[in-house]
Amino acid sequence: MSGHAIYQPQNKFMQWLEKRLPIGGLIHSSFVAYPTPRNLNYWWTFGGILSFMLGVQIVTGIVLAMHYTAHVDMAFNSVEAIMRDVNYGWLLRYLHAYGASMFFLAVYIHMFRGLYYGSYKEPREVLWILGVIIYLLMMATGFMGYVLVWGQMSFWAATVITNLFSAIPGVGDALVTWLWGGYAVGNPTLNRFFSLHYLLPFVIAGVVVLHVWALHVAGQNNPAGIEPKSDKDTVPFTPYATIKDGFFMAVFCILFAWFVFYIPGYLLNGDNFIPANPAVTPSEIVPEWYYLPFYAILRSIPNKLLGVCALFGSIGILAFLPWLDTSPVRSARYRPLYRQFFWLFVIVCVGLGYFGSKPPEGIYVILSRIFTIYYFAFFLIILPLLGIFEKTRPLPNSISESVLGAKA
Amino acid sequence: MKTRFPLCAAMIAGVLSAAAPAQAVEQVTPPQLKWSFAGPFGKYDPAQLQRGFKIYREVCSVCHSLSLLSFRNLADPGGPGFTEAQASQIASEYKIKDIDDKGADIERPGRLADRFPSPFPNELAAKATHGVAPPDMSTLAKARTYSRGFPWFVFDFFTQYQEHGPDYIAAYLQGYKDPPKGFTMPASGHYNEYFPGHVTAMPPPLEKDRVTYDDGSPQTVEQYAKDVAAFLMWAAEPHMVQRKRIGFQVILFLIVLSGLLYFTKKKVWHEVEAPRELAHGQDPSKTSI
Repeated sequence: MSGHAIYQPQNKFMQWLEKRLPIGGLIHSSFVAYPTPRNLNYWWTFGGILSFMLGVQIVTGIVLAMHYTAHVDMAFNSVEAIMRDVNYGWLLRYLHAYGASMFFLAVYIHMFRGLYYGSYKEPREVLWILGVIIYLLMMATGFMGYVLVWGQMSFWAATVITNLFSAIPGVGDALVTWLWGGYAVGNPTLNRFFSLHYLLPFVIAGVVVLHVWALHVAGQNNPAGIEPKSDKDTVPFTPYATIKDGFFMAVFCILFAWFVFYIPGYLLNGDNFIPANPAVTPSEIVPEWYYLPFYAILRSIPNKLLGVCALFGSIGILAFLPWLDTSPVRSARYRPLYRQFFWLFVIVCVGLGYFGSKPPEGIYVILSRIFTIYYFAFFLIILPLLGIFEKTRPLPNSISESVLGAKA
Repeated sequence: MKTRFPLCAAMIAGVLSAAAPAQAVEQVTPPQLKWSFAGPFGKYDPAQLQRGFKIYREVCSVCHSLSLLSFRNLADPGGPGFTEAQASQIASEYKIKDIDDKGADIERPGRLADRFPSPFPNELAAKATHGVAPPDMSTLAKARTYSRGFPWFVFDFFTQYQEHGPDYIAAYLQGYKDPPKGFTMPASGHYNEYFPGHVTAMPPPLEKDRVTYDDGSPQTVEQYAKDVAAFLMWAAEPHMVQRKRIGFQVILFLIVLSGLLYFTKKKVWHEVEAPRELAHGQDPSKTSI
């Protein structure tokens, strides 16, 4: 696309290797010469941050697994032994626990960015769907990781979430017994969760490769939502995107470190410092913050089966977003109505998260129902209709023009 | 379409105001105390931890286990500050169940590597004695907390308020009262202002002068409650001092790194930014570094 340099290795060994395995050229074209739109803002740095967080989770996770014991009688104490007796075990454990939260924080920002700038639209539908698959895998991985601690909240979260499958008519109960590997959440459940929790991050890494591949075929979207037309519209990935991503990654790490070193109790549930006890139900069973909006959707519907359908539907609907949004204009910058509905959608998601953390009674139920209706209406009614009725603002002729103004 | 935002704000405000009274009934908020280990440079006060340990040893340990801690932890840096010899001496004053090299059951004096022995052989025995098994104290200061609610949890992020556990424990230990009129007490149980639901199985454990302090600290329930709460916080989070020390270094490093990367970014992007700056009437030679 741009006339940026083609990989020509100077080093004799690299020349030799390039003839046999052109990996140097692949890296060069993907992460050095790759043209990125010049107008990307800092919301575009979260892709890099997410790759970094996946790396952090895998590295800390592998070391934690060296010290962890996946057995109902020993799991809780092995986690405590990591906190107390393993050198810097407390650091590994808090990095891993808050790494998950930071991973989800970054992925939510990344997704809302995609939603705002229409990054899922043609020709990036597959890129978006791969992202939805990664998000689903992240949710499964995060949930199973939380269970491994085998505290009270781990155990009861596992019980509540696996029980959701019992809502499926006919095979539900048999399915749940199969998932548990027994007639209750127990040692087989913990063991398979550990196995899958170790496996899924590598599956995520694989889908991330596809995600990045799809990205590099379609090219990045940008705040103007129009394709680059000339070299003036793009800059090479290195050094421009690398340094920008690197800077914001360091800023993001300050937030991460703040949690890990100063307020590690901030997001951890007190009940999970009590060993799992199947005979005692905690007064409130609350999932981690990143599942709360979906938990609120689940509880807002009085029928269990419909609630479970709404829960999975609320995530599954994301995969159809490229076709539900009928507007030809990508960026919300040029969609005055969509922008309003988008911000309302953000408020609704945060609101659902808040209601999810509250007991399901009184005003919380009513509000989570209203918010749930908006959540689905946003995708099923507002987005299809907006494409027809919205009067969009004129698009700039090129990315350069959007940056420099029409006179340039 | 602009009116949509105030509407939303009103809806959210309505939700939040409805939330406040619902929580107040649930649990009485414990008073926030001053702790030496609060804040970014907080450290445990060794004298306070030693006093707290004395209370644990003479009062709590009759019913409560502390099964995740070893005697060696008493001499760990950032903790109660016992010397290794003192910790050894304390360990040797305990009887530890073991087997000898012929497999026979014996009791021997404790060693540094031993865990604190539990008062009951198992949970059922504890339950049979007390009706409810007294919880293990190793992680109690992190397990017993209270909900701060909105908007306090937002402020807590910045103020680094992390002392929910010790605040609650100190309040709970001083929270025994006569039940208010009209409160129906079950046959067994004690009224406690701060316990969720107000009926706690544990009788008031502390009274004035129950434990003798060697350092002249006041032998009051208030002082006891604070000291044992601090001890339990250390028991639950023994590496906190190290954590905060390393945290300061890490965050300082990250701030410097971010600053350097920011200026590098500005330098790298200078050429790309220059036409935009010109278009917006700025002089690129003045915006460069």
